[in-house]
Amino acid sequence: MSDLLYVGKNIPRTIEVDKVTGRAIYIDDLKRPGMLYGKILYSNYAHARIKMINTSKAEKLPGVRAVLTGSNIPDVRVGFLKDQTVLKKDIVRQFRDEVAAVAAISEEIAEEALDLIEVEYEELPAVFDPIEAMKEGATLVHEVDARGKPIKSNIIPMPWKFKAGDIEQGRKDSAYMVKDNLSTTWVNQCCMGTSGCVAEFDMNNNLTLYNQTNVPFLDKQRIMEHFAAIGLKGKNVRVVNVVVGGSFGTKLDTDIYEFICIQLALKTRKPVKILFTREEEFRALPPRQPARFTIEQGCDKEGRLTFRKAEAILDNGAYTSWGVTTPSVMMMPMSSLYRVTNVSFESTCVYTNNIYCQAMRGYGNPQATFAVETSMDRLAEKAGIDPAEFRLINCNQSGDVTPMRLKITSCGLEECINSVKKRLNWSEKKRKQKSRGVGMASLIHVAGGARVYLSDGHGMMIKVDQNGHIDVLESGTDQGQGSPTVISQIVAESLGFRPEDISLTLGDTGLCLWDAGTHASRHTFMAGNAAIRVCEKAKKQILEMAVEQMPKLIKNGFKRKKRKDPDFVEPDLDYSLISSPEKLDIKNRMVFPTTAPDHPYFKVEVSQILRSGLHVGIGESKVVVAEAFYDPPTEMLDREMKGNLSLTYAFGTTGVEVEVDEKTGKVKILNLFAAHDVGKAINPTLVKGQIYGAAYIGAGYALTEEIKLEKGRVMNPNFRDYKMLTARDAVPVEPIVIEPGDKDGPYGAKGIGEPGLVPTAPAIANAVYDAIGIRIRDLPITPEKVLAALKEKKQQQ
Amino acid sequence: MKNVSVSFTLNGDIVTAEVPPNWTLLKTLREYFELTGSKEGCGVGECGACTVIIDGDAINSCIYPILEVEGKSVTTIEGVASEDGTLHPLQKAFLENNGVQCGFCTSGMIMSSKALLDHNPDPTEDEIRASIAGNLCRCTGYVQIVESIEKAAEMIKEGK
Repeated sequence: MSDLLYVGKNIPRTIEVDKVTGRAIYIDDLKRPGMLYGKILYSNYAHARIKMINTSKAEKLPGVRAVLTGSNIPDVRVGFLKDQTVLKKDIVRQFRDEVAAVAAISEEIAEEALDLIEVEYEELPAVFDPIEAMKEGATLVHEVDARGKPIKSNIIPMPWKFKAGDIEQGRKDSAYMVKDNLSTTWVNQCCMGTSGCVAEFDMNNNLTLYNQTNVPFLDKQRIMEHFAAIGLKGKNVRVVNVVVGGSFGTKLDTDIYEFICIQLALKTRKPVKILFTREEEFRALPPRQPARFTIEQGCDKEGRLTFRKAEAILDNGAYTSWGVTTPSVMMMPMSSLYRVTNVSFESTCVYTNNIYCQAMRGYGNPQATFAVETSMDRLAEKAGIDPAEFRLINCNQSGDVTPMRLKITSCGLEECINSVKKRLNWSEKKRKQKSRGVGMASLIHVAGGARVYLSDGHGMMIKVDQNGHIDVLESGTDQGQGSPTVISQIVAESLGFRPEDISLTLGDTGLCLWDAGTHASRHTFMAGNAAIRVCEKAKKQILEMAVEQMPKLIKNGFKRKKRKDPDFVEPDLDYSLISSPEKLDIKNRMVFPTTAPDHPYFKVEVSQILRSGLHVGIGESKVVVAEAFYDPPTEMLDREMKGNLSLTYAFGTTGVEVEVDEKTGKVKILNLFAAHDVGKAINPTLVKGQIYGAAYIGAGYALTEEIKLEKGRVMNPNFRDYKMLTARDAVPVEPIVIEPGDKDGPYGAKGIGEPGLVPTAPAIANAVYDAIGIRIRDLPITPEKVLAALKEKKQQQ
Repeated sequence: MKNVSVSFTLNGDIVTAEVPPNWTLLKTLREYFELTGSKEGCGVGECGACTVIIDGDAINSCIYPILEVEGKSVTTIEGVASEDGTLHPLQKAFLENNGVQCGFCTSGMIMSSKALLDHNPDPTEDEIRASIAGNLCRCTGYVQIVESIEKAAEMIKEGK
């Protein structure tokens, strides 16, 4: 692979030049003729009965085109467990409950109209603590389920249970054991572009929805199902992605505002835009799923893990989005990070009157890895083994099949641990510094697709026009990761063209083939594999055309030369060199015989062949167009939650050195090395970008970020009070990119979108412990918590 | 509300806007002039996505009243590349060094760093970080943004 021209190179993101010139069209910038602006009225209570809604004043406001409540739209349930309606008409169960919506000719008028809507509530008792909510006799968040059956408990009937081996035997085999309670809290995805969409119906009631989803076909499917329920069965839905200002998990579900926007567009027969303010983004968008863990582990005298038992309690909030499925991903580190045969993991998801939760980069993995890696450190200490050594003793290896039946085909974990150890100067620093410490944590994540649905497929179409320009159509989406550059590198390499010859159309269900979505770090792996396959087909077509057209083009060239120069003698050429497609290849747009790549006559620019092939005559003219559908040979999880759901897995280790100011409690990150087995970096600069960005979010998760909820209300819905790290925080992230190559990855690549975030927080927590001997078990590790713990430690001494 | 007339220099051209007096500069840029490169990420001056340059200084246009703009000179992201389409070194450097990911903060980042380089062609890393401390980014961890600004400063010095 040493002669690769584009794969493995730092190709600039020139294809996205619109983003640096202010020309890229985000949802904020999209305007359709006659477009109206939609706004949503939210609940004033965490739990209340709606006694009355009066919209008459709002309806009379000039410029208002529609006012909707739960009473004048179809009473239909939506969402992952169909546990809510689009607008709530009887009971509100959280502060973000949508009770009314307005469409008006301007945002200002729509806002004014919201102020004119009168709602009377009768407050009901509410429950905000999942442990309280689980108790018998607790206030019920829901009275009935999606089928109308009475509900007796707040516990969601979706227990995630995983068992392998024998925990009791594991205990017996243990020389050392530890048990810990740990928790992680709500954090907001903080996309810089806020949420929004534009819904537009044609006169046949077919919908075009311009939005930011990263699952266009699933989005379409959900809306089609909704259509069937509201009397629009069989009407088409076209989902079109605009330029997306970040996703980090927020674009996985079809959110309530999208259903509201659709209803407003249907009612007004006009295109309608809903665009969130930053405050709405904090108050009305489902954040990362918080979790409380109890985790036990044991090891034998040699430090080999004997068992791992964990339980998780998840505060679901009032309704159900993807948060409820995060245990499916928690199971991966719980069962498969390091070698352990006796495993048990159980999670319980509980309704409360808090804000409801969904996905965020890493899904449940950052939460669960915080638990596993804290426990690993504690167990290493108890066993008297260096934590890095302890991890190496239990390290996953290529060829392993884990208790979850994940098949580890390639694994660079050992190299990741060792390189972080070396860069941190681990042996010299561990336990040897005052107020400074080092810590590490590792990760496993899907990196070769994730069979969450029966199809984990990715469809790609490619057309090559007569000028040699390539259009790639695929329903992956780019939320900033740089897929247009990466896919154009793979297509250019595979087809023998240049990246600048390629345009991409992403995320349009009207033009593209099915894709399961740009989630689970799957896009480069899936689209890359589809690209290799589609290019193989297109290349075959071009080369077949070349076999027909090249002799003709070469001979015509000779004729032209002869006309100019009568003395020219046509050389005697061996045309058998170019007599079949197998004998030809394309590189940098030149078609040539593989046995004579520098042949003075048999080297033809591809557009000449394409033009010649197009203009042959009736029945003979050809265009180049191909499609491929790549669906990897993986398994869905079975009833026991086992199965090889990804074709390969990512591994990585983050090593951190921190300094803790014992006067202020502030933790400063002095070094952060993030070593990742990426298989092969298609574009090393872009790979590093994924690692930098993910590590930064991870550092915020560890130290500063939390949505503060007070009795269900978000108290810090702005960037002043919600502490995202800034450029001034200057976390010194250094990526270490390890490229062992993966046999199933496109050019050897694995997914790297999420991994960088996953081990960051536990690595920092472990380093804080090394620095001051204090273990903060509840994220984030704020100065207040550090000071309180230091004080308590002093009192005990 | 009766419109007011505000005249100023916008990306080198003398312009007049007829807008309600309570509009911000950002709203005027986006709605009146249809220059949508400057973004609203928060609307209250906390994220920097709306940054433009006014008389040499990087300013949050989302909280800048339009009435204050009278007679001033405003540069937005749309005015950064040359008229012939040649990119500014900052724009080139952001593309080459992955200083742009989702791109929503990019306009503001480029405007803040342009204001810096216009005053200080040879900034230290700390000065660069201070200049973009008011520009939030969720994708990059800022590392490659800082690198992009450093590379752009080099390009400008070398006359590229």
